[in-house]
Amino acid sequence: MAKKPDLRRFPGFYGITLLCLFLLYAPLIIVAIYSFNDSQSITIWGGASLRWYEDVFWGLEADKFKQAAVNSLTIAVTAAIAATIIATMAATAMLRAGSFRGKGASFALINLPLMVPEIVTAVATLIFFSAIGFTTGIMTILVAHIVFCIPFAYLPIAARMEGIEDVYEQAAQDLYATRWEAFRLVLLPLMMPGIISGFLLAFIISLDDFIITNFVKGAGVETLPTAIFGAVKQGIKPNIMAISTLLLLVSILFVTLSYFAGRMGQNRQ
Amino acid sequence: MAGGLGQGTGKSARTYAGLGVPLILPAWLIIGIFLVVPILIMLVYSFLTKEFRGGVIWEPTLAAYDQFFFDRGLFGDEPPKIEWTYILIFWRSIWQAGLATVLCLLIGFPTAWFIATRPPNSRTIWLFLITVPYWVNLLIRTISMKFLIRDNGPLNQWLLDAGLISEPIHVINTATAVQLGLFYSYLPFMVLPIYAAVERYNFALSEAAADLYASRWVTLTQVIIPSVKPGIIAGCILVFVPSLGAFLAPDLLGGAKNFMIGSLIEEQFKGAAGNWPFGAAAAMILLTMVLIVLIFYARSQARGAR
Amino acid sequence: MPDGNGTIAVDIDNVTKRYGDFTALRDVSLAIADNEFFTLLGPSGCGKTTLLRCIAGFEDISAGAIRLYGDPIAELPPNRRPVNTVFQQYALFPHMDITRNVMFGLLRLGKSESEARKRAGEVLELVQLTQFATRLPAQLSGGQQQRVALARALAPNPKVLLLDEPLSALDLKLRQAVRLELQQLQHETGITFIFVTHDQEEALTMSDRIAVISDGRVQQVGTARAIYEEPNNKFVADFIGETNLIDVAVAAIDGATATCTLPGGAQFTCPAASGAHSGQGHLSVRPERVSLTDPAQAPLSGTVSRLIYLGTDMHVDVTLADGETVTARVQNSADTTIPEKGQTVGLNFEAGAARLLVD
Repeated sequence: MAKKPDLRRFPGFYGITLLCLFLLYAPLIIVAIYSFNDSQSITIWGGASLRWYEDVFWGLEADKFKQAAVNSLTIAVTAAIAATIIATMAATAMLRAGSFRGKGASFALINLPLMVPEIVTAVATLIFFSAIGFTTGIMTILVAHIVFCIPFAYLPIAARMEGIEDVYEQAAQDLYATRWEAFRLVLLPLMMPGIISGFLLAFIISLDDFIITNFVKGAGVETLPTAIFGAVKQGIKPNIMAISTLLLLVSILFVTLSYFAGRMGQNRQ
Repeated sequence: MAGGLGQGTGKSARTYAGLGVPLILPAWLIIGIFLVVPILIMLVYSFLTKEFRGGVIWEPTLAAYDQFFFDRGLFGDEPPKIEWTYILIFWRSIWQAGLATVLCLLIGFPTAWFIATRPPNSRTIWLFLITVPYWVNLLIRTISMKFLIRDNGPLNQWLLDAGLISEPIHVINTATAVQLGLFYSYLPFMVLPIYAAVERYNFALSEAAADLYASRWVTLTQVIIPSVKPGIIAGCILVFVPSLGAFLAPDLLGGAKNFMIGSLIEEQFKGAAGNWPFGAAAAMILLTMVLIVLIFYARSQARGAR
Repeated sequence: MPDGNGTIAVDIDNVTKRYGDFTALRDVSLAIADNEFFTLLGPSGCGKTTLLRCIAGFEDISAGAIRLYGDPIAELPPNRRPVNTVFQQYALFPHMDITRNVMFGLLRLGKSESEARKRAGEVLELVQLTQFATRLPAQLSGGQQQRVALARALAPNPKVLLLDEPLSALDLKLRQAVRLELQQLQHETGITFIFVTHDQEEALTMSDRIAVISDGRVQQVGTARAIYEEPNNKFVADFIGETNLIDVAVAAIDGATATCTLPGGAQFTCPAASGAHSGQGHLSVRPERVSLTDPAQAPLSGTVSRLIYLGTDMHVDVTLADGETVTARVQNSADTTIPEKGQTVGLNFEAGAARLLVD
């Protein structure tokens, strides 16, 4: 008897998937490997060492990168917290408040930062701060980051809220909870996986941003991406590869965290 | 939870009825003041006169748009000819973004399909592997690509060492390098929405097609692709739109000769050119193009919903 | 009304509920007595759940009034109404253990942690779930979740308990067991129950009184027996159990008695629903009250068109001369003679078995 054909399989798709993963990972893995290169030249392999990691933390440019990292983290944490709070409120309005004036436009507005190309946002924000005479610096970066983090925080939060039937809040109200108590004691805990995902996504998006930051950062203020970009303009040096590898690890850590946040949600429901 | 989430009531939830406006207000204020208003000011700036060290003089003029489309000679007194420089930069950007979208689709669709048809446990692992690069800093990824394909980068070194080539393949600072960078940057954006669509695909449709004598190829083109089209379109938008306004890939991999819109605009503000109204005008033109694409997208989605 | 003291627990006074153009409830008036097990019965979409949600406070009413022991409550938010709900899918808070779920309402009412815990223990004992007190809802079976939902709603000692199809998610066997438990619980607690269901068997077996609702209107209110035996109109007769509706010409109505002409010309006298009028009308006769006899001596006769064997009994479909079909239910016993298909038979029923309906 002939083997039953598996309709889900297409010849070559497996190979293309492997190729896809190879293309995505090869450059990252090679940079990670070369970050342990002992040689002064970035392409000639001179044996394994941690000298470039030492250089990152204690070398000539260490202070510059440390300051940039502190700036990046401060901005990312603050922007992600602000965006998560705003997005949670917005999701509650969009999904739990029935109809209200401007609801139709609100959805488009929340997603606007996703639709406008980054370079356009960057230009517009720079012109805006210049027009109102506001000196660019950490504050301007922060405000710009909050704006484009909102839709990224909103998406997982709204998706989660959509999955929670309003009957839980009704049950809470039926059991004498005020609307605030129903939110705090029932909706918010059930929302937590979505809120954590939203926060992590907003955080990584803020940490990732180069274009907008580059426009609104002002003189002397650097975040990690702008500092790295500035350094790369003079050529790729081994310490850049060490920093890149460290950032790669941070990213992997975040995907893992976000993955577990999602799992937490599945177990609850 | 067991027996928990049944069918919805069908009515929109309204536990917080009456609080819609105050709850949405912060989002409106932040995005309104710091994105919508800036875009409007940018529109105004594109009609102002340039100041030489950046900034503007408050005198209305069409000079920025005129400079974009027409060449009036060095002193501006010759009869206008079409200025091809900027139109070509835009055209190159559209071409590069379109090509990147097609390449991402050719690799992304089979990948998304393959992952979505894995058994649930291994599917999670495949999906995790695709998601990681999506979360890795774009700048880092572009730098990695630059490092890999340099004339004396590891790729050329190995090929030389292996005797496969006699001199380095020159890729860096070419249009191919930009293409490679765009493809590499936005590939995960193609895979994820198509994956989501394939995951919802009802495989009984494939069985029905096979039952009705369709070959594998006919099933793919006549049944599967139309069914997952919303995911494919979403993926194409997510690759095309950021590719169009990309800055890092053309700047780091393309060099001076492979300018795209993003670099052109950047140069007006950060670089030597220092022409704010012109940069604002170019940004407005880019924004208009993106909005046209998105309107087509919204209309195709609305048709699909019907 | 079981108490007979006449206190009205929930007074629904001309309530209308509209959603845009759609009217879900039209001028509904019901007086539900204290300590009553009252059921709202009707097909899906009839408005019964909407009415329950209006009482609970999840829906605003468009017109009318709702009073709880005399106090108007229609304007109060759900958390200010001393009624509790058992939701259709239970809506147990998935992130709280069973005890926390049951304590929720008590804590909101300002009870201390220890008081609330004590009361939760008592209620969980009442529903025999003490050993599951620290489990999460997802770790319980459907039947156990249902009992937690009941315990949670009973814990604050509400004046009225609202139950929204609470048995619909359970399998048949469990449903039958829980019916008895619910009835018992109602007797023990003395709380007024308002129970919503589309399942007539549930309604008939548990309720003190039933309101049959269709198309946003109350069709009939009465005890199970009254609803089954003395249906008011075609909808009620048809919805509750099975019935034959026979077209008749009503010659005269004298109080509660009607004289009508059956198809075939025989005169027949039977009880009439209040509001029935002369002219064309419908008689309702339950299949089990129809007997097969000699055609010569019966008021109706026809040809056997179909026989359906059901084990304990048999359905005999008889087609009358005018094309209508009347079903008779014949007991499967040793001395029953089963007619053959195509045979001409007479149909008989005593006067009290038939009832002239309001159209």
